[in-house]
Amino acid sequence: MLAVVGFGQSWNVALAILNLCLISSVMSMGLNIQWGYAGLFNAGVMASTAIGGLTAVLISHMPVSKAWSVGGTSLFALIVFLILTLSVVFFIFKIFKRGRKRSFSIALVILIGYVFMRFYYDQATFAIEQVEPAKTGFLGGLGLPIIFSWAAGGFAAAGLAWIIGRISLGLRSDYFAIATLGISEIMISILKNEDWLSRGVKNVTGLSRPVPYEVDLLQSEWFINMVTWLYGVTDGEIVKTDVLREEMQLSAGVIVKLCYSGLFLIVVLTILIFAVRALNSPWGRMMRAIRDNETAASAMGKDVTSRHRQVFIIGSAVIGIAGAMLTTLDGQFTPGSYIPLRFTFLIWIMVILGGSGNNLGAIIGAFITWFVWIEAEPASLWLVENIDFFFTTNSPLILHLKEVAPHMRMILMGLMLLLVLRFMPKGILPEKSSS
Amino acid sequence: MISVKNVVKHFGGVVAVDGVDMKIESGSITGLIGPNGAGKTTLFNLIAGNIVPNEGSIFLDGENVTGLKPHELFSKGLLRTFQISHEFHTLSVLDNLMMVPPMQIGESLLGALFRRKEVVRQEDEIQKKAKDVISFLNMGKMANELAGNLSGGQKKLLELGRTMMVEPKVVILDEVGAGVNRSLLKEIGDAILSMNRDRGYTFCMIEHDMDFISRLCSPVVVMAEGKILAEGSADQIKRNEEVIEAYLGKGLKNKQN
Amino acid sequence: MDFSTDMLNALVLISNYVLIPSLSYGSQLALGAVGVTLVFGILRFANFAHGEIMSFGSMVTVLITWWLQSLGVTMGFFPTAMLALPLSIIITIILVLIIDNSVFSFYRKNKSRAVTYIVTSVGVMFILNGLVRIIIGTDEIIFRDGQKFLIKAGHFKKMTGLSEGLALKQTQVLTIVIAIISVVLLFWFLQRTRTGKAMRAFSDNEDLALLSGISPERVVMVTWIITAILATLAGVLYGLDKSFKPLVYFNLILPIFAAAIVGGIGEPLGAIIGGYVVAFSEIMATYAFKKFIIYLVPSEFAPESLVQFLTTEYKFAVSFLILVLVLLVRPTGILRGKLL
Ligand SMILES: Nc1ncnc2c1ncn2[C@@H]1O[C@H](COP(=O)(O)OP(=O)(O)O)[C@@H](O)[C@H]1O
Ligand SMILES: [Mg+2]
Repeated sequence: MLAVVGFGQSWNVALAILNLCLISSVMSMGLNIQWGYAGLFNAGVMASTAIGGLTAVLISHMPVSKAWSVGGTSLFALIVFLILTLSVVFFIFKIFKRGRKRSFSIALVILIGYVFMRFYYDQATFAIEQVEPAKTGFLGGLGLPIIFSWAAGGFAAAGLAWIIGRISLGLRSDYFAIATLGISEIMISILKNEDWLSRGVKNVTGLSRPVPYEVDLLQSEWFINMVTWLYGVTDGEIVKTDVLREEMQLSAGVIVKLCYSGLFLIVVLTILIFAVRALNSPWGRMMRAIRDNETAASAMGKDVTSRHRQVFIIGSAVIGIAGAMLTTLDGQFTPGSYIPLRFTFLIWIMVILGGSGNNLGAIIGAFITWFVWIEAEPASLWLVENIDFFFTTNSPLILHLKEVAPHMRMILMGLMLLLVLRFMPKGILPEKSSS
Repeated sequence: MISVKNVVKHFGGVVAVDGVDMKIESGSITGLIGPNGAGKTTLFNLIAGNIVPNEGSIFLDGENVTGLKPHELFSKGLLRTFQISHEFHTLSVLDNLMMVPPMQIGESLLGALFRRKEVVRQEDEIQKKAKDVISFLNMGKMANELAGNLSGGQKKLLELGRTMMVEPKVVILDEVGAGVNRSLLKEIGDAILSMNRDRGYTFCMIEHDMDFISRLCSPVVVMAEGKILAEGSADQIKRNEEVIEAYLGKGLKNKQN
Repeated sequence: MDFSTDMLNALVLISNYVLIPSLSYGSQLALGAVGVTLVFGILRFANFAHGEIMSFGSMVTVLITWWLQSLGVTMGFFPTAMLALPLSIIITIILVLIIDNSVFSFYRKNKSRAVTYIVTSVGVMFILNGLVRIIIGTDEIIFRDGQKFLIKAGHFKKMTGLSEGLALKQTQVLTIVIAIISVVLLFWFLQRTRTGKAMRAFSDNEDLALLSGISPERVVMVTWIITAILATLAGVLYGLDKSFKPLVYFNLILPIFAAAIVGGIGEPLGAIIGGYVVAFSEIMATYAFKKFIIYLVPSEFAPESLVQFLTTEYKFAVSFLILVLVLLVRPTGILRGKLL
């Protein structure tokens, strides 16, 4: 499939699709761990992706020392008050007996704490956001190589999942879905609005890369030699031909994308190996038992809630890794681009299409789904152009159709999901029944 | 072994269990009978921690276990089966049994990933045990069948089999016999008796088949409309006027409906 | 200025920015939430496609409105969309019934698990979302016409001599009136007609209802019809009040779900209460009370900050916080709803 695109459109496009297929595979493996193994209906996949992306920014961006110096003190005060409030609340909670008095005093403490925190928060954010708002206006990050953020993104997503799990695990499946969907939406609105954290909708661009830049490649000796060797020309002619220079640029793009593909492939394979091992172990058996029948699993001595929490955290961590990878690939963090259709429900389609509970299936599902998602637009444009025979090229209908062709993918995705659910409910690669 | 003290449970307006006091003596096979809707299953759910009583408490070996979760009760030696089979339908019969033993090394994720040799060894042991149980239940042919594909009676057997994978102190059985054919029912009865005598398990079972009850159970407790109506040997119960009335009255009502 | 004028000013201020907007937004949520809660009560799943049904109904209304306007037909004082409503409701009903027949009925026959329905509704959501985008695009569309204001802020100031103005949009009144009428009709239907009673029985206890000879397919069909009507109304009123934008409706399902759950899922009356609870909390939590307080307290105590609990961007967060609170404290909702 990808090869067809490679020859048909261009290798750059094909590799771009491949890279996103690989990232999607990581996401769908993560969701598969939650849904396929343990039957958790997580409708907040997007939250993990986004926090992974945020981590990429916070790890790799240079620290903005000026912001720290102007906002640091207030920020410190804010944290002090946060800790103070929380410990007082905790104290009251422990010391006093349950009742109206306790609820009332806790509410009071929180209110007072909120007033102070709000004061320092306003002060800190105002100061921080004033620092070169067009370029920074946020605290910046740690200035570490971005590749570290893949692991860190996993941990951050795991931490977030722990909190989300505390709130929503134990609810019945519909409520759990709604709760996770809601939390993920809140996550995104925080990322959009807290400019001091990651510039909000102003986006963070120009993140560093774990792979070479095209410009550098074009100047490096070995690269020029390689391309000239590939195209079989001798040294002297390089600069003369424009054609060759163009080829050069294209190849640079290809090389960069291949580097990414290599890194991503390593991640995909590592996670795949661990995921398969885990599924085929007594741990996996226990998870599947919990998925099949929570009541019975609990009666057989398995602590369903804590196992759910564990699997929710692990799956979210995997998705968080993918989120960091995605931001790394994009080189920028754009909170506005996170919408549930693309970052939650599309992943669901991948898992269900591939076969819930089957790791290889999750990967295959991710590849197919992403491919269709991307190629739906050119395909439908091509279709529209070929009904030219029947309509005049400039008829309003054709123009309208051309304009809305990108949205065909929504319908295709929906149809795909419904058809799979109906006629192939176990997906392309059904779960293996027994070890 | 288990004592239930003044336990009340209502669902909305329905009082399903209405102030029940009951004792399950160590080493006994206690029968619990009563017309449909008497609250027997609800009482079992209360004992096994699936639901929490509105009033009253439940003791296991003298320890107050009211409000403990089912898995906590499991680790204290209380096992149960369900009236409506609760099999793990996408797992094979073998896996259904093998998942039961607690504290398996491979059940912790780190163990599963990094202590594979030990896990394999332990799996062999557990599998051997599971196969013993399977042959005991005469289900050899179905060992690798998915539990979801079994017949109703076979699922009931599987439920019983799960309780045999560990060394429980007390097993509560909710209509294991329902939907099981006569000859199999006799075998189940034999199995229960031998587990009771040879291994010293305590049983409490809800059953409708009076012959089955008479053969196995002593004492027999009768419930009706959420209350304990009578308690005694099977023969005493059969002759008890109140009990007969409870059944017949209910029967007449059923006919009128 | 004396204290009583200050009081009046404060009252007008709060009515203008909190009370009236909450009432009309609450009515829109309530209409949506009743649909969600009915589907939940009868079909027993959370319908993720509900927002898209609203979106579809509104889109049809916009198209018909345009068509009517191009014919020169308008309603003068009222928005033309009101004229378009009956037809667009019918079209939405047809769509919803087609969806039920071709998608959901299969799983009903197979007695599938609730999650299967939810995933299916996600598929339907994708298709409807795509359909709406393809037919009408993704631009924001304002299709309101007729008289915009019933009371203009400036007029009000002149009339009363207060320094705060009260603006009353026609769409706000229309929303509240239509919501009241549809809710009254709905309850009349549920309480008094045979089918309505059957629906309630079905929602209470499916098995008993089946025993008493109620046709489940008929109950389901009526449920979808009512859902389609209410969803179209909710969507159109929301669109008239603000604007029509296909992507907005997806985001509306969160407060709508919140309303349904807060009220007690499966309980139509609860959903209505929930709608207003959510709307009031959203608007109050994001309203800056500074001016309001200045009117009420002596000037020495006037607050410096905005006295705004959360910035308006966190509107949805509020509905969700209420949802979480209810789930933790009283999972059955305000009116004891189902907890299967
Ligand atoms: N989860 C529940 N919700 C509401 N009512 C219940 C529930 N479980 C049991 N009941 C009611 O409690 C009563 C006792 O039921 P049950 O314990 O199953 O009786 P038995 O097992 O003796 O036949 C019945 O009227 C039943 O309808
Ligand atoms: Mg029973």
